[in-house]
Amino acid sequence: MRTGAGMKGARRVIVVVLLILLGGAASGAFLYRVPYDQQNRESFGAPPSKEHPLGTDELGRDRLARLLHGSRISLLLATAAALLATAIAGVVGAAAGHFGGWCARAFQVLVDLFLSLPWLFLLIMLRAILPLNVSPVVSLAITFALLGCLGWAGSARVIAAGVQSMHRSDFMLQARALGCRPSRLLLHVIPNLRPLLLAQLCISIPLFLLSEANLGLLGLGVAEPMPSWGNLLRELENFHAVSVNPWVLAPAVLLVTVVGCFHILLSGKESHA
Amino acid sequence: MRAKLVSLVLTLVLAGLLGATLVRFAPGYGVDEHALDPRLSRESVEALQNRAPARDGLLRYYAGYLQGLLRGDLGESGTLNRPVAELIRERMPVTARSIGLGLALAWSAGLALALLPQLFRSPVLDWMTAAAAGVFLCAPAAVVALAALHAEAPTGLALAAVIFPRVFRYARNLLAGAAAMPHVLAAEARGLGRVQILGRHILPLATPQLLSLLGVSLNLAFGASIPVEAVCGSPGLGQMAWQAALGRDLPVLVNMTLLLAALTMISNFLAEAVTAKCVPVRA
Repeated sequence: MRTGAGMKGARRVIVVVLLILLGGAASGAFLYRVPYDQQNRESFGAPPSKEHPLGTDELGRDRLARLLHGSRISLLLATAAALLATAIAGVVGAAAGHFGGWCARAFQVLVDLFLSLPWLFLLIMLRAILPLNVSPVVSLAITFALLGCLGWAGSARVIAAGVQSMHRSDFMLQARALGCRPSRLLLHVIPNLRPLLLAQLCISIPLFLLSEANLGLLGLGVAEPMPSWGNLLRELENFHAVSVNPWVLAPAVLLVTVVGCFHILLSGKESHA
Repeated sequence: MRAKLVSLVLTLVLAGLLGATLVRFAPGYGVDEHALDPRLSRESVEALQNRAPARDGLLRYYAGYLQGLLRGDLGESGTLNRPVAELIRERMPVTARSIGLGLALAWSAGLALALLPQLFRSPVLDWMTAAAAGVFLCAPAAVVALAALHAEAPTGLALAAVIFPRVFRYARNLLAGAAAMPHVLAAEARGLGRVQILGRHILPLATPQLLSLLGVSLNLAFGASIPVEAVCGSPGLGQMAWQAALGRDLPVLVNMTLLLAALTMISNFLAEAVTAKCVPVRA
């Protein structure tokens, strides 16, 4: 129902919006040099002013500084976690799809096991097993490392299927006919996996951003005073603050915008394919 | 079918073993932190240490757990000081009710919104329904739950708001794919009405795949029930899982792992069996 040219234009706009948001998140904290954990004892929950453009939270901390630092942390670390998950998925999925046999069967059971548990439950279970009373930096590392180490199963299944279908392609048939060994065949497979890996990376980033937000809101994510989109959203629990100060919705609006941009990009790719 | 059943049982055993492994090797396993209280006498510390679980090997621990499981003994919750089986029995109906309502609403809304653009062939309607579902798709489940709490809506409605965009997106893509099939275009060219085309040609083609989504949506509903029940204060299994995570209540977590894995795999298995029945066998 959509025209190809229109979709291409929309995708370009989305890429520009994403780049602006990523650039703003990366550089904003350097340009706006207010510490995210500095408490201003004279103004708790203050409305926007010249000194504090988004006001202060209930502990007197500058909301804009926390939002900029939190955006940088969430966006960069969700991307890093997605890279880790995609790398694991690439290695495991390619091995299962390429070697087949018992390797593929073991892979199938492992992926079934991972996918049989609801994603958020798996995350909170493993997060609970690791120490909860840790420093903010360690909690940050644990949260995003867990996302990266657990979020590979779905992508690995797609990659394994991609490798298997590649094995039936003409160039692989020709390579086998020329006497290529399985290990050398893998060298032909890996470069062709690039588009698949990129698509899985783009799928994982919004998933991890949403998961971190859920964990943060449930008190199992990044520990205070370190800001992230997840723990910044905890301000929404105070309904009175939301109705009086609508700017506490800023992290939610940013999160929905970024995740929405990724979804539109991905749906564009789907329709293009 | 037999191979599928064997695979299901094997995966369940592995899920249990995974849970048991995590519990056995979790930092602080077998240590009662009250024993570190300097005010306690040596006798009290020894009594606490005797009460703590024995530091068995993994397989012995798992065998003991399975034996208890067969007797219906799932252990005792460390935070709530009650048998886990009793807690699950008590909370299961609450979660079942909210998930039942959530799935019914999500499927009704998702399918209705996916069918509308097909029925009226309107790109504007298609764009509007996709945008409406997209907003919910991009919001974290916990934020949706907060909005539901603010609006004093039931937990099931919050769950429906989390699941429906996923059902909608999948159904919309399936229906659009089926609508683009050559026989559907031929039926359209012969002047068949939209309702007839939808009922006779598009829906029968998409139904088997939609049925297989039923199993997946149950998994989604269980996942979403954790933040939704935790935020809305609904005393179901999701809230118990969250409280167990905050309190590092490992017996509850390991039993929940097995229960959720079993429920998801059985629902997927049933959905696949129904789908296989629906798909006509090709010669």
